[in-house]
Amino acid sequence: MPGAQVPITIEQLVALNPYNPDILPDLENYVEEQVVTQTYSLDANLCLLRLYQFQPARLDVRIVARMLVKALMALPATDFNLCMFLIPERLQMEEPFLTLATLAHFLETAHFREFWDEANRNRDILEVVPGFEQAIQGYAIHVLSITYQRLPRSILAEAINVEGLSLDKFLEYQVNNNGWTLEKGGQLVVLPANEDNHPVLRKSSADSIPLEHVARLFPVLG
Amino acid sequence: MAYDAGYGGRDYGGGYDDSYDDRPEFRDGFRDLQPPEPGFDSMNYVPDVVKSFVVYLYRHIREKNVYEIHQMYEGSFQKLSERLFKQSYWPAVEMIAPYVENDHVFCLLYKEMWFRHLYARLQPTLEQRCDSWDNYCNLFQVILHGNVNMQLPNQWLWDMVDEFIYQFQSFCQYRAKLKQRTDHELALLKQVDEVWNVIGVMNYLQALIEKSMILQILDEEKDGNVTFTATDGYDYHGGTNVLKVLGYFSIVGLLRVHCLLGDYQSGLRALSPIDINQPGVFNTVIGCQITTIYYYGFANLMLRRYLDAIKSFNQVLLYIFKTKQYHQRSSQYDQILKKNEQMYALLAICLSLCPHPKLVEENVNNLLREKYGEKMLRMQRSEEAIFDELFSFSCPKFITPSLPNYNEPLVNFNQDAYRLQLKLFLSEVRQQQLLSGIRSFLKLYTTISISKLASFMDVNEPTLRVALLMYKHKTHVINDDGSVLSNADVDFYVADDMVHIADTKVTKHFGDYFIQHISKFDEIINDLDQVQLE
Repeated sequence: MPGAQVPITIEQLVALNPYNPDILPDLENYVEEQVVTQTYSLDANLCLLRLYQFQPARLDVRIVARMLVKALMALPATDFNLCMFLIPERLQMEEPFLTLATLAHFLETAHFREFWDEANRNRDILEVVPGFEQAIQGYAIHVLSITYQRLPRSILAEAINVEGLSLDKFLEYQVNNNGWTLEKGGQLVVLPANEDNHPVLRKSSADSIPLEHVARLFPVLG
Repeated sequence: MAYDAGYGGRDYGGGYDDSYDDRPEFRDGFRDLQPPEPGFDSMNYVPDVVKSFVVYLYRHIREKNVYEIHQMYEGSFQKLSERLFKQSYWPAVEMIAPYVENDHVFCLLYKEMWFRHLYARLQPTLEQRCDSWDNYCNLFQVILHGNVNMQLPNQWLWDMVDEFIYQFQSFCQYRAKLKQRTDHELALLKQVDEVWNVIGVMNYLQALIEKSMILQILDEEKDGNVTFTATDGYDYHGGTNVLKVLGYFSIVGLLRVHCLLGDYQSGLRALSPIDINQPGVFNTVIGCQITTIYYYGFANLMLRRYLDAIKSFNQVLLYIFKTKQYHQRSSQYDQILKKNEQMYALLAICLSLCPHPKLVEENVNNLLREKYGEKMLRMQRSEEAIFDELFSFSCPKFITPSLPNYNEPLVNFNQDAYRLQLKLFLSEVRQQQLLSGIRSFLKLYTTISISKLASFMDVNEPTLRVALLMYKHKTHVINDDGSVLSNADVDFYVADDMVHIADTKVTKHFGDYFIQHISKFDEIINDLDQVQLE
């Protein structure tokens, strides 16, 4: 369309108007959009919380709750905490924020069994956000894989809240696609090697000198 | 505009105008000046010495003599304030205007100093707070939209940004103490929504950054196309440094304001155009350097990026340790000492949560042990009260930026923002309290079974397995690019029922050692070359 204005993205809108309350409705809509399209933008959401901070009367509890569920899904990143720093304390003492804080606490402290129990009791908050379960399972697998070389099947089952046949299927998928292996008749799961569960792989920086450091000597040598 | 081109101007450090120093009352540091009588109306009387001060300052500004401006700004202004206006106002701007040709920009600059002096030494009234806000608006408008052709010392430009944010923070605290406000003040407060409004404050900082093109300048500098850092931001070609350097300092200003609001991520994002590991203009003013690192370190602490916090605190604390004596006469000396103490406390917190004492230089470490050795031991034993105490002592003065609801019963809410940050920080500390126990046991073994470690720690096996996962999660940092990095001092992995502790033997970095000494040796040779033998 000739002459039509190029629509700007939400990122551009935030970059151009980081402190402009006029973009508040756009950012609220964008939270909904992130939920529906399974996308995520921490920067846009922090910008919205900031504008709420400037004008607390406009704060929409439902929007903030959804944003926090999305932030949980971003674990192991600290997004949930980053959001909580900006939400008034008196609101944090009410539902659904109390529940969300409890869920975050269980995840942050790796109490996965307690987490899934609590999540089950609060499906109304969580199920509105598609992809929630998978995202948390992804986080659980991340934490397991930086800790374990080999782990008992039962520990895995508890962390990702999958059992029996579904777990067999899940494991089969991981074996075929992500390099997992099974030992002891499937009772022991061997996770792919990384720097954290095989510290030998960690690049030793001890006997190397970064170029920038050597560069400092150039004027001396010249 | 008085400063629109036309004055060839001298370069910083160039020709030296000694007429000012020839005046005896200036040369001897005003020792002969008598303090004014009590009750003296300092606002409406211009002593001769003040008249000379503004006349010369005005002249040096017109002539772009940065060296002299700096001397008068840092030296004479402080001394005159000390001798004549210790507990009183400087003469009103209307009183001095005739001596400076009623120059609009000079009057704005004078008033900026006038209010700064007032805030430092006296209690500003609400009206004065409003007037000072208006003055900043006028000054920034002129700088943003007028063609201000001046060279001002970096120190002064930093002080402007610093004071602007300080007064904003002070106003938020003032407004939040609703119960202390008189009826008159409340009536006025309701009318002045725009005064020191957070959106206005942030937009000014943002506007200074954008209009100055400083981000582009810093970017192009990497390709060597422009110079900014190399000349400390000054312009040696008859141009002006005011907007550029104000824009630069506003980057640090945004970091600070975001942190005061509890938005650490956005604060660090705002600072990202400045590489704090490289020499930069922020290093040229000690107050700016300290502010930058203090908020940078604090934000990283809150983001659990303890290593980044430790490294930056260590760097600036070492710098202060080495240069403290040179700043004793600075008007900012008390501020430097205060931030110094606060950063030691923050460093103590970081090292208790993430024990990497090797990252801390020896002198800094000695001072740290002296100040906080005992408290660090107690923090490692997870004594929450100590975390609370040190956090409260060293955290920024958090603010609630929104307007109060005057229709509800009046309450003080000036502590709300601080209490929220403290609460969230302490809950993080609580989550981590098992870690130091795990750490101390792991250090003793190369392998240990889950059951044995559980019995040592007096917990059951499932609890221990959870704690080990948590240890891993809490000791891993997620960088902005999504990469994951361990900051654990003791690392391990679990294979089935056995915990294997990774070799944590510290290898010495000989390379760094030699590089450091080669540079040092080179410096000595250079110094020797400069020595002239009689």
